Amino acid sequence: MIHLTDVRKAFNQGKSNEFWALKGIDLTVRAGKVTVFRGPSGSGKTTLLTLVGCLARPTSGRVRLRDRDISGLPERFLTDIRRSTFGFVFQQFNLLKGISAVENVMIPAYPLGRDPKELSERAHALMDSLDIGPKAQSNAEWLSGGEAQRVAIARALINDPEVVIADEPTANLDSERSRQFLGIVETLKQAGKTVLMTSHDPMVCDTAVVDHVVCLRDGQLVESR
Amino acid sequence: MRVWLNKQRSLLDFSLSSLSRRRGKTLGMLAVYTAIVFVLASVMLFSHAIRREAATVLAKSPEVLVQRMVAGRHDLIPARHLEAIKGIRGVQSAEGRLWGYLFDPAAAANYTLMVPTNPRIEPGKVVIGDGVVRVRSADPGDLMSFRAHDGSLVQFKVDHAISRESALVSADLFLVAEEDFRRLFGIPAGMFTDLAVSVRNPREVGKIAEKIDAALPDTRIILRDEILRTYESVFDWREGMLLVLLAGSILAFAIFSWEKASGLSAEERREIGILKAVGWETSDVIRLKMLEGLVVSLSAFLVGYLLAYAHVFHLGAGLFEPVLKGWAVLYPKYRLTPFVDELQVATLFFFTVFPYTVATVVPIWRAAIVDPDQVMR
Repeated sequence: MIHLTDVRKAFNQGKSNEFWALKGIDLTVRAGKVTVFRGPSGSGKTTLLTLVGCLARPTSGRVRLRDRDISGLPERFLTDIRRSTFGFVFQQFNLLKGISAVENVMIPAYPLGRDPKELSERAHALMDSLDIGPKAQSNAEWLSGGEAQRVAIARALINDPEVVIADEPTANLDSERSRQFLGIVETLKQAGKTVLMTSHDPMVCDTAVVDHVVCLRDGQLVESR
Repeated sequence: MRVWLNKQRSLLDFSLSSLSRRRGKTLGMLAVYTAIVFVLASVMLFSHAIRREAATVLAKSPEVLVQRMVAGRHDLIPARHLEAIKGIRGVQSAEGRLWGYLFDPAAAANYTLMVPTNPRIEPGKVVIGDGVVRVRSADPGDLMSFRAHDGSLVQFKVDHAISRESALVSADLFLVAEEDFRRLFGIPAGMFTDLAVSVRNPREVGKIAEKIDAALPDTRIILRDEILRTYESVFDWREGMLLVLLAGSILAFAIFSWEKASGLSAEERREIGILKAVGWETSDVIRLKMLEGLVVSLSAFLVGYLLAYAHVFHLGAGLFEPVLKGWAVLYPKYRLTPFVDELQVATLFFFTVFPYTVATVVPIWRAAIVDPDQVMR
């Protein structure tokens, strides 16, 4: 589904503090599977995830979504692809404080001009399916870590994306919550979603639901299984 | 169309919810902005209404006034000049007027004495303006005495007071009979203060004034339009003075609001990053923030303008009255006729809502064009 060919990414290019986060990655992410990018801190996992999820463009190399080369597309087109194809669950969850959980869930759908009533119904249905229906009207800052993550997952799913991207999803969760999260991943996989995660948590990498683990070190792919 | 409407509705809902999240900042901005609009709108409404009031009053005054000049100063004009004026083609009527000023030591105030022609006042009686009633606590039937030009005492019995509704022009009026006026000031019969001329065709005023000037070289001609222009200049000057005095505080408010509107907190930057990461386009983010700015500035504009309206037309513009009305012992007590000029509203709207919205959008645009991957770092 997603193909990367000799992808490189530099930060502060041309300056004294130039840094190459990715140094030539060739990778294929298969549709309907769960793929984990594993590696130590600074290995380039998150950068790789941002390139795959159209949050950033590579400095060189190609990123193809199905048969379309998206590596050189302008920001507006990338936004459109990101909105329709990807749902994001950030490491810090990145919920907006001061507004309710259900409003947080609906945010990605606002620019699409969907019917407000239908949108609200879908948001509540998603929250119910993730067992956080009773927390719908709670403000984001009042939620526990596990609840906040499930709100973030509901937000990632509101536009019914094909691919769900999660950055270090278990980094802020205890073992029980991590197991619950992996249960949700299993459900998503059964629903036909492609799931991409970064993690260095063995519980995530060694779980049966994961189909593909890509190991990174110093911006290079060192192992893939 | 439906999709577009849904989108705008969602953005508006979200912008209102964003504003309520930053309640302190929003209310602070709203208060500051309302105060600016209130001050500016009060000055504008007041000076405009009072100019209009003056114009309405002058509309009933004669088109041409003729005054005799002696050695460059205004002097009494003889009645024979009336005949010369009436002989000019196009003059509808001409009549002599008697008026002057009288200082009342008891009230330390100046009254404007006039001799009305219709209705005439009985000798020994006086009709007084609202201001005179107040400073002398005079009631109908009371006696008022004044020293005449030759030292003799002239006594008036108050007949009645002029209605307060016309106080803007009648507060200091003291209307007396022609005989009493002449006795008080020693003006002989056949002499007047000036002559009031009515013209048949308003478009001929200029031409007739020229003819009067040619026929009576010792006179000066004053046109109604010139008086109106003088009033305009006086109120323009007062409005300008007040605005200059207020400029310092308005500038301080403006800097404060600019600072508040244009400065983005770290939290706001983070939110913009999140919105972009979850699929919002740069234009969506800018539209959202513009809506937030519009909600604040429009609300402030409406509230500020309505408060100014109430302040000027219902509370007598207490804050700016002394400057805009000028100084007098006999302040008229009156209520201005509400009048709103569309161009003035548009000007005020442009100079308050527009800069604020721009001030809000510029930093948002700078933050919104940043790559959305920053929220992942």
